[in-house]
Amino acid sequence: MLTTRLALSLVATLPLQGQSPRILVWGGDAEGGAPFVEADPANPSQVRGFDVEVAARIARGIGDRTARFVQVQWSNIDQSVERGDFDIGMSGVEDTPARRAQHAVTLPYFEFREVLAVRPQDAGRVHGLADLRGKRVATLGATIAYELLERARDSVGLIAISYDDDVHPYADLVTGRVDAVLLDHIIAQRALRRAGGNAFVIVSSPVAIGHYVGVLAHTHAALRDSIDHALREAMRDGSLEQIFRRWNVWDDGEGAFFERVLRGGQGTAASATGPKGLAQVVAYLPSLARAAGVTLVASALSMLLAVVVGLGLASARVYGSSWVRMLATVYVEVIRGTPLLLQLFVIYYGLAGVVRLPAFLAALLALGLNYAAYEAEIYRGALEAVARVQLEAARTLGLSEIQILRLVRGPQALRYALAPMTNDFVALLKDSALVSVITVVELTKQTAIYATNVGSWVVPGLLCALVYLAMSLPLARLARRLERRWSASSSRGSA
Amino acid sequence: MSALLTMGGVRVRYGARDVLHGLSLELARGELVALMGPSGVGKSTALRVIAALQPFDEGTIAVDGFALSPGPVPPESRLVPLRRRVGLVFQAHALFEHLTALDNVTLAPRIVLRKSKAEAETAAMQLLATLDVGARANAWPRELSGGEAQRVAIARALAVDPPLLLMDEPTAALDPARRGALGTTLRHLREQGRSLLVATHDAEFARAYADRVVTLN
Repeated sequence: MLTTRLALSLVATLPLQGQSPRILVWGGDAEGGAPFVEADPANPSQVRGFDVEVAARIARGIGDRTARFVQVQWSNIDQSVERGDFDIGMSGVEDTPARRAQHAVTLPYFEFREVLAVRPQDAGRVHGLADLRGKRVATLGATIAYELLERARDSVGLIAISYDDDVHPYADLVTGRVDAVLLDHIIAQRALRRAGGNAFVIVSSPVAIGHYVGVLAHTHAALRDSIDHALREAMRDGSLEQIFRRWNVWDDGEGAFFERVLRGGQGTAASATGPKGLAQVVAYLPSLARAAGVTLVASALSMLLAVVVGLGLASARVYGSSWVRMLATVYVEVIRGTPLLLQLFVIYYGLAGVVRLPAFLAALLALGLNYAAYEAEIYRGALEAVARVQLEAARTLGLSEIQILRLVRGPQALRYALAPMTNDFVALLKDSALVSVITVVELTKQTAIYATNVGSWVVPGLLCALVYLAMSLPLARLARRLERRWSASSSRGSA
Repeated sequence: MSALLTMGGVRVRYGARDVLHGLSLELARGELVALMGPSGVGKSTALRVIAALQPFDEGTIAVDGFALSPGPVPPESRLVPLRRRVGLVFQAHALFEHLTALDNVTLAPRIVLRKSKAEAETAAMQLLATLDVGARANAWPRELSGGEAQRVAIARALAVDPPLLLMDEPTAALDPARRGALGTTLRHLREQGRSLLVATHDAEFARAYADRVVTLN
């Protein structure tokens, strides 16, 4: 899977300069999988899926071009198309007012239903979002479904959980980490087939209706118009229907939808129009503030864990017997030598068979245990920096080793450790953004959701940066002050 | 007078080099002995082995009935009786940087002798006053002059009331006036019945204040 993705991304990053006008370059995320786009199991350097075939049909329809695929992370399709990385972005791109306002968007070419999936025992009880008060409902972040859940959080009182992919929500539904999943019906049906057909139940009445579109840079309205023309033609001549039938996503509803589009009666946008301009910024402030709170609390608690475990590790490395020292050294080197992201996945998903940790707790553990390795090295260095004669003086006075550590060596080492610890806390504050991969919506994730909804990173990015700076600048200042203060005192105090 | 400290044939080797080659020495109660000799002759090493801060290879050491054996330094838990008998004032005073002068002096009485804070502070203030640094009780070590720091270090060593006080090069950082004052202080301590072993290369100081001079070579 990884090598496949690597191969795809290598193919995908070929420069566009000098590309032939006979080629339509389209961007999509092969990680999204079938039936949208997936690496072809028979030939992993190729992609397949209905979006692949729709792209090929569009390319043919706008002057006999051929389609070439470019891999792009799903949440970055809009930004990438504006940058000019490809002509059109597809792979399950939803029709939203924000997207229409910011980019050139094609006709909708597929109608999907936002459906709930629940465990079999809840099937008789849950008919819609209103039945999920107090329950944990998962979906893919930065989608119409997530917006629906965010609104239901306030109106119904459910707990919205955002994922970075559309596979783990269903896996966590089956294991009981979440109580329901809201996603597109074709994603739900695929997940149900994978899980064996009766691991969960798809609620029959849809929560909302949405549409897939192609997205182009806002300057490419002319290309969009000819693509719209090609799409209408493909709806009329049945080629689009054939594609959807081949991938088992055609039903009567699609036929009726095509007719509406061809009659010109299909409006746009599934979700309600939100506020604009300054009002939009203000509307997002509460959720940004909440996310900043999550970042701050997660960082502070993780740091606390890191300090406690780090002290233990450092003591083991300084005072322990040879095998205790070795164990502590192995821990420190393994943790420092592997990516935090990997550690997050192992603790959250890897351990799920043994212990199913809630996401926030898993995030604290991963961050805390990771930073403990770095703290341990700081404390070890600080302990060893305390002058030997200070320890000897304490020994001649009759203090035990524990008393020396507690009353002489520890307090002096703390002075050396405080400034680097503060720096580490600032780093932790920013590294905490990684925990969004295990569904914790913190500041960076909330900003990404915000940016996707408004279709721009400028204002959300600035706001997010300001909040991070507001949290980290005072700490950085504190670190500098501590450093100055202790370095001045220790240079004169120790002989 | 019975001997408080007895050393017999104490030998310390660093690799192939002898730092102490068979030092024998007796120190009576209430006696002030100067340990003299050029730099590198092992004066500080002698004090460090008596205080069990480093091992010795051959010979015997006994302080008021507590015997040390050649070989590795025993764990602190087995050295409790020695710690009550021997105080050491380091050449570089080695005051605890994170504690005030007063807290440096009260640390051991409170933690080791389990005295109350008030009791320990009253005794410490008296001790500091006797050594003429009572006014500096609340100063940090970094704020003290060399002479003041050394007298606070003496007070810290005396606070647990050891019968034997070891001092390493006490005059090294002192001007002549301060040297005289220190000598008077040491004599005063001796008169209280304490034994002092002072490593120094200051012959004039040794002649003026020591009962006896032992020369290492």
